[in-house]
Amino acid sequence: MCTTCGCGQGETKIDGQAVPDHDHGHEHTHADGTTHSHPHDHAHGDGHDHAHAYVPAHSHAPGVPVSRRVQIEQDILAKNDAYARENRAFLAGRRVFALNLVSSPGSGKTTLLVKTIEALQGKAAVAVIEGDQQTSQDAERIRATGAPAVQINTGKGCHLDAHMVGHAIGELNLPEHSLLMIENVGNLVCPAAFDLGEAHKVVVLSVTEGEDKPIKYPDMFRAAKLMLLNKCDLLPHLDFDVDQAIAYARRVNPEIEVLRVSARSGEGMADWLAWLEKGTAAK
Amino acid sequence: MHEMSLAEGILDLIEDAARREGFGKVRTVFLEIGRLSSVEPEAMAFCFDAVVRGSRADGARLEIIAVPGVGFCLDCGRETLLEAVYDPCEHCGAAPVRVTGGTEMRVRELDVE
Repeated sequence: MCTTCGCGQGETKIDGQAVPDHDHGHEHTHADGTTHSHPHDHAHGDGHDHAHAYVPAHSHAPGVPVSRRVQIEQDILAKNDAYARENRAFLAGRRVFALNLVSSPGSGKTTLLVKTIEALQGKAAVAVIEGDQQTSQDAERIRATGAPAVQINTGKGCHLDAHMVGHAIGELNLPEHSLLMIENVGNLVCPAAFDLGEAHKVVVLSVTEGEDKPIKYPDMFRAAKLMLLNKCDLLPHLDFDVDQAIAYARRVNPEIEVLRVSARSGEGMADWLAWLEKGTAAK
Repeated sequence: MHEMSLAEGILDLIEDAARREGFGKVRTVFLEIGRLSSVEPEAMAFCFDAVVRGSRADGARLEIIAVPGVGFCLDCGRETLLEAVYDPCEHCGAAPVRVTGGTEMRVRELDVE
């Protein structure tokens, strides 16, 4: 299986197709002895920091396996982070403002995206990468707005990684100064650790969830630049304590920005669009 | 269960190192896992055993070196131990403190044949 995305097992699919196998000289030898090369349409800088030293072997007895210590001193996510750096460099070259949208399942990310794209029509080019374990329903919802969308199905995977996103970016012809929205797999745990090459993570918390989500899943709220409190039109019907939710989020991440929105009623959407415009203009 | 992806990351680092340094089997893998990292050591050990099956690290011992969470208190200027990223300073109670250690997920070294 491929280091980070499992594409070697044929689980990861982009728009229903197994990740294509066009060799760019990045071969992996796998546990079972098979070797395969990884497709990617832009060059891979290896970006590894290798610090290795030999500890001399001590066993001189014939037939006894010689044991030695090899220093590795490498981050487990080194490969993902190298792919993320490439994605970031590619996006910077095209002045694309990329966001990684993370949340629990059912927070309303896709509806928010659809409304955002509709509001930006004629003002900004938006492309979307959709991540789900199965189905292309979300990408179809996005395409119905006229925006280009690529669906990544992670199979059994619980998060997107920079390698799959690199493939998906290759499928999209991203124009200069555009906005790229990457909708991660609905999961408040795993996607926190995986840099995709985005400018920022945006965490969506819907007010139908508990206000203590930020301290229950601190890694995600700590990694995010912005928290969108979604479904705010439902607040009159709920016991959700907005101030408490914001206080919890700031306890985990004092720098986090917060916007209250409702994709359904349109409340707060102007602030969200202004935030997007500011980020796109800064590119 | 991102520990599965992380375990695959470890195996990949092992295979890279094996090509570079020409070793055969791996006996022990020494991992540094910070208290504040997003890794559950038990889940990692479970996934590691599954992922390395049939590889040069099949049956290797996974030695997890726990790295404590450490922060620097901006109020009292002292170092404080952290169980969670949002814990207050253990000396003066101020929060938040700046996290200075305990987020690592690293392969430190290998015992190989």
